[in-house]
Amino acid sequence: MSEIKPKKRGFISKMITDNPVFGLYLGICSTLAISTSLDNAIGMGISVIFVLVLSNVVISLIAPITPDDIHIPVYIVVIASLVTILEMFLHAFTPDLYSALGAFISLIVVNCIILGRAEAYACSHNIVDSAKDGLMMGLSYTFSLIAISLVRQILGTGVITLSNPFAGNAVVFSVQVLPKTFLIPFMTAETGSFFTFGVLAAAVSGYKNKLEEEEKAIEKAQKAAAAKAKAEAARKEVA
Amino acid sequence: MNLFALFFSAMLINNIVLTKFLGMCPFMGVSTKLESAVGMGAAVIFVIFGASLLSYALYYLVLVPLDLKYMQLITFILLIAAFVQFVELFVKKYAPALYKQLGIYLPLITTNCAVLYVAQDNITKGYTLIETIVNSIATPVGFMLMLVIFATIRERLNQNDIPKAFRGNPIAFIVAGIMALAFSSLAGLV
Repeated sequence: MSEIKPKKRGFISKMITDNPVFGLYLGICSTLAISTSLDNAIGMGISVIFVLVLSNVVISLIAPITPDDIHIPVYIVVIASLVTILEMFLHAFTPDLYSALGAFISLIVVNCIILGRAEAYACSHNIVDSAKDGLMMGLSYTFSLIAISLVRQILGTGVITLSNPFAGNAVVFSVQVLPKTFLIPFMTAETGSFFTFGVLAAAVSGYKNKLEEEEKAIEKAQKAAAAKAKAEAARKEVA
Repeated sequence: MNLFALFFSAMLINNIVLTKFLGMCPFMGVSTKLESAVGMGAAVIFVIFGASLLSYALYYLVLVPLDLKYMQLITFILLIAAFVQFVELFVKKYAPALYKQLGIYLPLITTNCAVLYVAQDNITKGYTLIETIVNSIATPVGFMLMLVIFATIRERLNQNDIPKAFRGNPIAFIVAGIMALAFSSLAGLV
């Protein structure tokens, strides 16, 4: 008899279910506001990865010597310093991206994902693991930003464009995907952001429900197989 | 008149939740019950008003004379964290009933991005003291208004038959989208 085993889930599947944005609803403010274009999404994603990885590293280093009572202010200062560095860097090298992201660069400080990872992971793990965790979380955040911005850009403008922020926003590529007659103008406005997020979140939650049901079915099948084997053994004993 | 325009625009037209997507965490988290929505709204009004005035003073009385403008972000976020802590202690001591009602929401205000945003917004837009006061009252009032409207909608939403995948937060985002669509008709009024 073949053994029934739960299916092994791949990287992308994990990225969807353990996603901080769609799974846990963390860091929604910036996700909703920044996802207007692919450029902004990638720029913001890289900024958050930068802050998240470095803050995780620094916090995993200083956590053992931080007094318990004041650990949150200490972490916030670490994160705020990193964000200030990032802000100056973006201002100097990518002025267009800087003005596009606007206030949301400094608001990375209060992005729940960063303080959340510091609290939940970095303060009790070593440097390498913390850096890895920061990278993973940052990538899932970027992944969700790109997902939302792609939907909005395609439905709202019909064009996918990507430009290089370091070279004065020179266009790298630009593809017309949807003819102009099928565009939905409000997808580029605030409403489109909420709608896209709601639908994608529902898709993630539906996917999770499906996984759960599959798991339950497998568990049931395993139990049934075990009961059958038991009954068989009992019958043999009687015989 | 100008101040009135500023008030109206900060409260409704450039509503912090529906046009700037700030304070989404409490907007989604605390909006399941009307009672807690009102409590949270009141606490946010108080904290934003206090924190904005304090950071305004800090910026123009300390950071500008000492030429430390680049420390803005770090000092503001620490000021906000300290202010929330202080408010928490104060409320606990002098209004224990209110403290019980607000519960976990009070300390969570520190991570409400709206607080930091308003404090910084007053500086970047170069508001005077009076404009700062008006802006720091109008913005959280707009937040509270949306929170209360949203909470009443969600209370009714719970009694409806919603597709399983949409239950909870996803449908709330769709509702927020429709609200944003409705309020976007106010754009360009002032």
